[in-house]
Amino acid sequence: MAEVLVYVDHVDGAVRKPTLELLTLARRIGEPVAVALGSGAAGTAAVLAEHGATRVLTHEAADYADYLVVPKVEALEAAVAAVSPVAVLVPSSAEAKEVAARLALRIGSGIITDAVDLEAGDSGPVATQSVFAASFTTKSVVVKGTPVITVKPNSAAVEPAAAAGAVEALDVAFSEKAHGTKVTARTARESTGRPELTEAAIVVSGGRGVNGAENFSVIEALADSLGAAVGASRAAVDAGWYPHSNQVGQTGKSVSPQLYIASGISGAIQHRAGMQTSKTIVAINKDPEAPIFDLVDYGVVGDLFDVVPALTEDVKSRKG
Amino acid sequence: MSLRIVVTVKYVPDATGDRHFADDLTVDRDDVDGLLSELDEYAVEQALQISENSDDDVEITVLTVGPEDAKDALRKALSMGADKAIHVEDDDLHGTDAIGTSLVLAKAIEKAGFDLVVSGMASTDGTAGIVPALVAERLGVPQVTLLSEVAVEGGTVSGRRDGDAASEQLEASLPAVVSVTDQSGEARYPSFKGIMAAKKKPVESWDLSDLGIEAEEVGLEGAWTKVESAAERPARTAGTIVKDEGEGGKQLAEYLAGQKFI
Repeated sequence: MAEVLVYVDHVDGAVRKPTLELLTLARRIGEPVAVALGSGAAGTAAVLAEHGATRVLTHEAADYADYLVVPKVEALEAAVAAVSPVAVLVPSSAEAKEVAARLALRIGSGIITDAVDLEAGDSGPVATQSVFAASFTTKSVVVKGTPVITVKPNSAAVEPAAAAGAVEALDVAFSEKAHGTKVTARTARESTGRPELTEAAIVVSGGRGVNGAENFSVIEALADSLGAAVGASRAAVDAGWYPHSNQVGQTGKSVSPQLYIASGISGAIQHRAGMQTSKTIVAINKDPEAPIFDLVDYGVVGDLFDVVPALTEDVKSRKG
Repeated sequence: MSLRIVVTVKYVPDATGDRHFADDLTVDRDDVDGLLSELDEYAVEQALQISENSDDDVEITVLTVGPEDAKDALRKALSMGADKAIHVEDDDLHGTDAIGTSLVLAKAIEKAGFDLVVSGMASTDGTAGIVPALVAERLGVPQVTLLSEVAVEGGTVSGRRDGDAASEQLEASLPAVVSVTDQSGEARYPSFKGIMAAKKKPVESWDLSDLGIEAEEVGLEGAWTKVESAAERPARTAGTIVKDEGEGGKQLAEYLAGQKFI
C-alpha cells in the first residue's frame, strides 16, 4: 500500500496532538510513515504506533535545535528519497509550514497550506481550505510532484489504530546551507498549565470589553472551570492586557475549537478570520448590535462582569 | 559600505470588502478595493528603522508582483520613506501560486541586487506565511523569519523569534531573508511631505521577459496546485440570543450543559 510521510511535531519526545490528528488523516490516503527529528525523537514511536504509524523514521542531531528550519528540510528531503511517499503531511504550525514550503520546492512539488480536511481523490489527496475569513470553502489538489500538505489543528478527531511503529534510523547528511541561521539562545515559554491555544477543544477569549489586564482573571477563571485555553482579541493584546501569543485573529492565531466563547469582543473581520471555523460559538457582549452576534449559536447581551462569573460558578457547581 | 534592502510587499483585496472568487477560481480583484497588505507595512517600517540605525549608506527598494493597481501599494511604501520601487507586472502572472510567486520575487530580487530582503510574516489575504521561506530557498541565503525584533550590524542580521514553545534568538550573515511580525513595531503613517516626495520617486516596471521567466512557469497553467472548487460557506443559522436580566450566566450554563460541554 502507498506510504504517506507524516512530520512529527514533538517537544523532547512528547508528541503534540495535531500530529496524532494527521495520522488519522494520513490513513485515508495510505499507510502513515512518521518522521521524528531531534532530541527525544525515538521516544515518540510508542504513541505514534498506537495511532497508526507503520514505521517511525528517526534522526537525532543537535543541528535541529541549533539552526533554524533548514536541517529539518534536509531530513525530510532524505525521508522522501528513502520512502517515495504519495504525500507528505505536516502540521500547520508557523515553523512546520516553513519546513514544508522549502521541502516542496526542493522536491519539485506543489504545496497546500492550512487544510482543514483531507480526502483521497482520483488523482491524489484533495484538501479542503477555509478562506476569506472562513466565508469560502475551497477544495484543492497538487498537480505537480508529491503533494505536500499542511493541516490545521482540530481538523480531525484523534483515532487510535495500532500499527507496527517500527523504529528505523534515517540517514541524513546536512549541507552547508543547513547551518545558515544560528539559534544563539532559547528561552522556553513558561507553561500556564492550560491547553495550547491552537489545539484546545474549548477557547475562552476576552476583548476590549474586559477593560484591563487585571480583569483577565475573570476570563481565566471561566477557562479553568472548563479546562479551556485563553484567547484575546487584538485590541486586548495591543492594549497590553494579555500576551501576543494568545492573540486570536488574522495577525494572531487561528483556532478551530469545539467551543469558542467570546467575551467583550465585538467581532471585527480580523478577529472573525481567526475563529469563524469554531464548531460552536458563544458570545457575551453589552452591545446587542455587535457583529459577533451574527455568528453565534448562543449569545448573551449583558455585562461580561455579571455573566462570566455567574457562568463560572454554575460550571464549577455542575462539575462538583 | 552600503546596504541594499529589498522589501517585498503585496497588494491585497481589502478584508472588510466582499471578497469572492472569479469564474476561473482565482481571487476576484475587480469587485473589491485593494491596498498594501497591513502586515507588509511592518516590513517597510523595519527596513526604515534599519536604515535610520545604520552608519552605512542604505537604499530601500520596495518590490511587488501584481496587477496595474498594485502600484498603489508601492506608492504607500514610498510615501512611508522607501527610496525606489519595482513593479513586476505581466498578464501571464494571473493565477500564480506561492511557489510561482517566490520564483518571480527571487528573480526580481537578484536582478535588483540585495544584501537583505525584508518581508511581512504573511499576506493578509492568503495568510499562508510561506513566501519568505520559499524566497530564501530560491536565493540560497539564510532565512531569519517571524521576527518580533530585528537588528543589522557589521554584515550580520539578528533578531528574536517568538514561537509557541520558546522564544529564540537568531543570527545569520548577510545576504539573508528576514520576515517580521506585527509585534516588531507600529508602522509609521506617511507624512504629507512623504506623500509629495513619493510622487517623484522612481517606479520601474518589469515583465516576465525582463526576468528571464517563461510564461508556462507561472500563472494558472504553471501553478503546482489547482483549486477545484470554491463554495461560499452557508450562512450560520441564527443563534439564540438572550438578554441578561440576572439569569444570563445560568442560562448560558444550561445551554452549554445541553450541548455536553459541561
